[in-house]
Amino acid sequence: MRHIISVLLENESGALSRVAGLFSARGYNIDTLTVAPTNDPTLSRLTISTVGDDRKIDQIEKQLGKLVDVAALQDITINRHLEREVVLVKLLANQQSKPKLDRLVAAFNGKLIDINDTQFILELSGSSEKVDELLKALVDFEIIEVARSGVTGMTSTERALTVEQP
Amino acid sequence: MQLTGADIVVKSLEQEGVKYVFGYPGGAALHIYDAFHRQDKVEHILVRHEQGATHAADGLARATGEPGVVLVTSGPGVTNAITGIATAYMDSIPMVVLSGQVMKPLIGYDAFQEIDAVGISRPCVKHNFLIQNVEDIAPTIKKAFHVATTGRPGPVLVDIPKDITADIAEFIYPEDITMRAYPPVASPQPSEIVAAVEAILNAKRPIVYTGGGVVLAEAQEQLRQFVRALGYPCTNTLMGLGAYPHDDPLFLGMLGMHGTYEANMAMHDADLIIAIGARFDDRITGTLDGFAPDAKVLHVDIDPSVIDKNIKTDISIIGDARDVLTMLNRELSRRADDINQQLTEAWWQQINQWRGLNSLWYEHSDTVIKPQLVVQKLFEVTGGEAYVTSDVGQHQMYAAQFYGFSDTHKWINSGGLGTMGFGLPAAMGVKFAHRDADVACVTGEGSIQMCIQELATCQQYDLPIKVINLNNRYLGMVRQWQEFNYDKRYSNSYMDSLPDFVKLAEAYGHVGMMIEKPADVEGALREAFAMKDRLVFMDFITDQTENVYPMIEAGKGHHEMRLRPGGPQPEGV
Repeated sequence: MRHIISVLLENESGALSRVAGLFSARGYNIDTLTVAPTNDPTLSRLTISTVGDDRKIDQIEKQLGKLVDVAALQDITINRHLEREVVLVKLLANQQSKPKLDRLVAAFNGKLIDINDTQFILELSGSSEKVDELLKALVDFEIIEVARSGVTGMTSTERALTVEQP
Repeated sequence: MQLTGADIVVKSLEQEGVKYVFGYPGGAALHIYDAFHRQDKVEHILVRHEQGATHAADGLARATGEPGVVLVTSGPGVTNAITGIATAYMDSIPMVVLSGQVMKPLIGYDAFQEIDAVGISRPCVKHNFLIQNVEDIAPTIKKAFHVATTGRPGPVLVDIPKDITADIAEFIYPEDITMRAYPPVASPQPSEIVAAVEAILNAKRPIVYTGGGVVLAEAQEQLRQFVRALGYPCTNTLMGLGAYPHDDPLFLGMLGMHGTYEANMAMHDADLIIAIGARFDDRITGTLDGFAPDAKVLHVDIDPSVIDKNIKTDISIIGDARDVLTMLNRELSRRADDINQQLTEAWWQQINQWRGLNSLWYEHSDTVIKPQLVVQKLFEVTGGEAYVTSDVGQHQMYAAQFYGFSDTHKWINSGGLGTMGFGLPAAMGVKFAHRDADVACVTGEGSIQMCIQELATCQQYDLPIKVINLNNRYLGMVRQWQEFNYDKRYSNSYMDSLPDFVKLAEAYGHVGMMIEKPADVEGALREAFAMKDRLVFMDFITDQTENVYPMIEAGKGHHEMRLRPGGPQPEGV
């Protein structure tokens, strides 16, 4: 089953490699990984999406918790939660199919953010599922490149991910 | 007080109460070595290879419970140390490794003797640091010792660029440090203790199975009280030997791949496994298919990640083994009237029947030295009081099986990583910690040659270790597996062109002995141990084809042990 694990990590050099190294060393998959500083600049927030049975997810959480740089973590998928991913898609410009593209972009609630004679760039923010659907729907267009951010998210309950103060 | 970074390093070690640092100099560490030269509070021990430094620090740590400290230079100094760091990591040994690094402006430019020490050590340290500023040296060393010695212990590496050790800063060694992300040790909950004791009191076929966690937590007294109050059988892992006295009737010996028949059968048939500071490692469990089919598992450990990792637990308690055992003992004394030893009477009858098979039996010989005999005589000659280090292989198993340990910290071996070359340098570390104690390194002719250069260190620092070389001219454990599993195709397990160990020992300034006859074993040991101030290298020429029994072979379970051919066998086999 797919799980999304959010991690608050000390914003120190090498901290990210400890997380990535843990996953490779113990044979866990990382499907997507996003990382950026939080409103507290000493902390980064990581979002890892991974697939595994309960036992594997339990081990992943425990092993992550052991890392000296990991300040807090939470499997947001076991709660009500929101997840978002951003995708940028660069397409070969084709004026004949442009109306069809406009309709598609509108249907997905995306945006064409860059248009010139040779190429279009469209942007979409949504769940990973929605991004997958968009990419499927674009099958008739000539895609030059795709950049996905990987998923980030948070619970929509009162259980926030914060560092417990000692 | 304004000091150079190098002096701050050494002063910080002094503040931590470090007496010995094991190391080897090189370019990036030279300022620190200069600082060592300016003081006499912390003694630097010059080894002959950085692997030796890490094992020596490790040996000292295992023999005392104090963290071992290592100093190496950048590049090959670090890579040579990695095996020893990984050895300590696998066995949860507290250690702080300081490594010189190339100057900060050169990092990342493939400078001479540059290696990404933090990167290369990451998978085998509990944590590591690259220091960026001279002001950070003291607090980082404080953090390193804190992390290495608390919770589940382990090695911590601190990488220090050379230019920072020349910079100047005010030296203030912090009293306390805060590490908000470093998880504190959980306190056991009273409700967990009550539930655990309820299960313990109702068991009909219980077994207490303990490992290195009891040693690390200094919980042997609490364990003994616990086991004796209940009258339950107790077994120790390879890492846990000494926690329960070898000659106590409640002790079933070591369990696992080369454990006793009674310990493994008791694990298999148990209805309650009480695991304390042990992690159900594959060498302990055998195949997990059909593992202890009727057992509930009560698992006590300081590290939450070992709970449910290999074996699904029914009751778990996270905490320090000594704290948990103390609480269990308190609850047991409150419920003393509920301890009913009749419940386990039938179980003990069964266990004693298994015990009757005497699974450690071996055939004595008048003509060829049996390795087991050497270990038994070593026990007798040292009164069971020696610190025994070992390398890895058959000799390690013979030492574990036949040297009876009654105290923790006395049996010192590389259980997790299985590092050949560990024994001699580890014995050096033990000897520094316990100058007046007998220290024996039980080894083989394969293992000893992996760190034999340390005989020079022993000469330099007058370390009268006794090296017990069980020399069967084979990589014995490899040969045994080839005999059992590879149709006796002894591929590269034979040691040709061995050195003359007697002359070699003498060349290093020590005493060498060769012993070829069983009748000479005891006398030679007595003679060697009487030489209190000399290292004696005892080369015992042993039976070439002796195997370690009993054995759980690969893919088999606790109840499918292979016993020594020609000896007693279980009924129906």
